[in-house]
Amino acid sequence: MSAPAATIGAVGRTSRITLPALAATSLVLVTTAIVFVFFVAPTDANQGFSQRIFYFHVSIAITAYACFAGAAWQAFRLLWKRDPLADLKSYVCVHQGVIFGTLVLITGSIWAKISWGRWWLWSSDQLVLFLVLFLFYCAYFMLRFSLDPGPQRANLSAVYALFGVVLIPVSFAAIRLAKDIIHPVVFTLHGPNFGGWILVTYCISQVALLVLAYTLYRVELAGKQLDGRIRELREVLA
Amino acid sequence: MTTAEKYVTAAYCVVFAVVLVYVLIMALKLQRLEREVDELADRVPAEDDAEETPRETARVG
Repeated sequence: MSAPAATIGAVGRTSRITLPALAATSLVLVTTAIVFVFFVAPTDANQGFSQRIFYFHVSIAITAYACFAGAAWQAFRLLWKRDPLADLKSYVCVHQGVIFGTLVLITGSIWAKISWGRWWLWSSDQLVLFLVLFLFYCAYFMLRFSLDPGPQRANLSAVYALFGVVLIPVSFAAIRLAKDIIHPVVFTLHGPNFGGWILVTYCISQVALLVLAYTLYRVELAGKQLDGRIRELREVLA
Repeated sequence: MTTAEKYVTAAYCVVFAVVLVYVLIMALKLQRLEREVDELADRVPAEDDAEETPRETARVG
């Protein structure tokens, strides 16, 4: 039967770019980024080989921030324009952000183990503030799933997601405001602290991770929309 | 392989594994949804057939 595939395809087709095209682009970009990270980018004179974690670690962190910002934007749309799909989009953005946030913490800890000899440093404001941001968004799910589906849950989740976005600039600025510079500063007010192939590799990694996150977002959103439609259909047929 | 190389490889493997697990979970979920759509699609003709069967007329009022 061709109906299921057609249905999933139709639900996933909410944008001009189709999911297979996005998935193929993500695959090509991530593969290119990995090739650049390990075979093109030069080894850093100060940090040595361990600096290569930075390409994905920073890109994933910025992708997580983008996901949380996207969640806040959709939450704002829900509260302002009462867009019924915005609640689901906001939820999927937070989910993506938490997944990428987990990766930031894992890759950051691995880098810390190589460079500092410890998995975690409570004295680093950047680390602690990112952990606070991460836990704040983990609590979003506790709030959301403690309420019955409906306008109340959508509104409370939207307000929570909007509050969370305040933590993003705080987390981003923490390293620049901190007195004790433990965590490396990659971007300053004068631009990035690197150039040449390092900058090219970083840009490719950043684009790859953003496209990957957008692809995963679209897949998850399509699945959740289809799930919702099936539930409605079941109720009609019951 | 130096210690730094091992850790860097581990970091990239973790990223790959997390994305792979996520994609697998989504694929399984989409398979389940496809089965549910199949199940619902099978039910629709059956109900159409039921509507086509002649109904007993009943006087109202």
